[in-house]
Amino acid sequence: MLHFTIRRLLLAIPTLLFISLVIFLLLDLAPGDPMASIPLTVPPEVKEKMREALGLGEPVHIRFLNWLYQFFVVEPQVAFDHLFGTNFAEGKQRIISFQSRSPVMSVVAERMPQTLWVVGLSYIFATLIAVPIGIISAYRQYSWFDQIGTFISMIGFSIPTFFSGVLLIVVFSVILGWFPSIYDTTHEVTDWSSFVYQMKQMAMPVFVLTLYNAAQVSRFMRASMLDNLNQDYVRTARAKGLSEKVVVLVHVLRNSMIPVVTVIALGVPTIFGGAIITEQVFQVNGLGQMLITAIYASDAPMVQTLTFIFAVLIVLFNLIADILYGILDPRIRYD
Amino acid sequence: MLDETNSGNVLVEVRDLKMHFPIHAGVFKKRVGEVKAVDGISFDIFEGETLGLVGESGCGKSTAGRAILRLYDITEGSIKIDGVEIGPTPQPKLREMRPTMQMVFQDPQASLNPRMSVAAIIGEPLDEHTDFSKKEKREKVLGLMDAVGLNRDFANRYPHEFSGGQRQRIGIARALALNPKFIVCDEPIAALDVSIQAQVVNLLEDLQEEFGLTYLFISHDLSMVRHIADRVAVMYLGRVVELATREELFRAPKHPYTQALLSAVPEPDPSLEEKVERILLEGDVPSPSKPPKGCNFCTRCPQVMDICKEIDPTGKEIAAGHQVACHLYADT
Repeated sequence: MLHFTIRRLLLAIPTLLFISLVIFLLLDLAPGDPMASIPLTVPPEVKEKMREALGLGEPVHIRFLNWLYQFFVVEPQVAFDHLFGTNFAEGKQRIISFQSRSPVMSVVAERMPQTLWVVGLSYIFATLIAVPIGIISAYRQYSWFDQIGTFISMIGFSIPTFFSGVLLIVVFSVILGWFPSIYDTTHEVTDWSSFVYQMKQMAMPVFVLTLYNAAQVSRFMRASMLDNLNQDYVRTARAKGLSEKVVVLVHVLRNSMIPVVTVIALGVPTIFGGAIITEQVFQVNGLGQMLITAIYASDAPMVQTLTFIFAVLIVLFNLIADILYGILDPRIRYD
Repeated sequence: MLDETNSGNVLVEVRDLKMHFPIHAGVFKKRVGEVKAVDGISFDIFEGETLGLVGESGCGKSTAGRAILRLYDITEGSIKIDGVEIGPTPQPKLREMRPTMQMVFQDPQASLNPRMSVAAIIGEPLDEHTDFSKKEKREKVLGLMDAVGLNRDFANRYPHEFSGGQRQRIGIARALALNPKFIVCDEPIAALDVSIQAQVVNLLEDLQEEFGLTYLFISHDLSMVRHIADRVAVMYLGRVVELATREELFRAPKHPYTQALLSAVPEPDPSLEEKVERILLEGDVPSPSKPPKGCNFCTRCPQVMDICKEIDPTGKEIAAGHQVACHLYADT
């Protein structure tokens, strides 16, 4: 398993380099000019100077190599310096956002907590709710519980978050006035009442995303459990005289986990990607929202860096899913 | 051997066992009928004997085996195992009685949990039903592996790493773990190739002798049943049509269905094979959801009479230990 992991990590390097190149070229080919928002009164020569100051005067391959150097050498050094108080990165050029002229990584670090709190929490809730619902729905197939569960997950599946989000805002903020409709990022938790406020402003976006994610996971869980509940080895387990709890939670559940683990593990990178639409609806200025504004502003370094981070996470969680398969299923041996 | 088993005690007593599966259809899933997989069977199994249960595919053999162990909630009837009535017992209560009765399943691949090692599969019943220490459990598991002829070194391997015959040995070791008295063997050799079949059947016989087991041996392989069983019950469409000792049944089958079934056994000697007169049955087995009126076999019976289409024959003992359900023998 260790060899497998190392081999896969080594293989990930060329994969990721290729991905970064593709993203870079795509962004370079894309229409849009970072200078577009500069007032027309600025003379063209000055604009040209500004372009050069942003590094846009260089040819494509030099810019790409520069970005690689900054991302893989300078930024880790900065992080290292930040953690241990050293100064390896002093005087070196970091990746700078075209919009804010501040280092991309600092902006990411600023936005990360909001996204992780709202999207990450909803993902954890969704998993915690969906797995038991899936198990019970499958065990009592066609019961009332199963029918209601199916109905709710159909709603979660089919109603887009921009609709359910707005609906919640209309009902709970506008009509009932229970929750604020806008997420206040500057809010700080200092005492009990500010904590309650934080909970209140998180409630609706978390709920919308939980419903959406739980719908998917619970469906997968149910289908997978149903597949396994009718297997012969389940009858064997009952013939052994095991209690239903052991039969369902040990024998059936473990065998049913593989497709569910895939869905859950591959969904984790999307947490960091932020739920772009939901963040937009509730004005949570997390990573998803940042990506959207960066795309509007043709902020290539920002888009490049963010999409590349997502790519890294996807490759990483693919690997984690594969390792989990090996743990869950002894038939899968990678060495 | 027969005499000593027949004089023995009745270990399993099945009376009027019925197992009907409901059929639901239509928008509101109304119950529109039922598949009468097992429709009123009765027999006794004596301690230490092997009762063979034969019949063609879909006649309800496996269902009968599972119903007797109450792996299903039966529709009607009474089952007494070792003097205890288990027909209406609810499942949680039944759990405590599982150690007495076990089952060897047909498909050795599918019936073993693919995610568990051999030691875990065999040892799991011990976790549930005994308070052995870890070491005692390990000893017991290894002992069982010896008993069924599996190498002790294989204890930590997984089912997919074994051949079909070895997997069936795992299944047998698993069934033996709790020292059962009664084992239902549900076509234990059907999924194995012929050379391995003999090994497994011989193993079952050796274990029977060693542990004093009682078997219900379900099979469609008549030669194998002839080899292992002491008495044989023949099933057709959810009913037992004939029940007799092995010698009696193979020498002088009474029921027309048994006669047809036995005439289908291939004869190894080619010169004799030419002379064998086969009784070929016409038509298909009726659907168990709509069995014919009267005798279940009346649609295909070569010796059908008018009464067969009206009245359902009941089992009659025509000689000592030889029961037949057929109107041909009504007066004898």
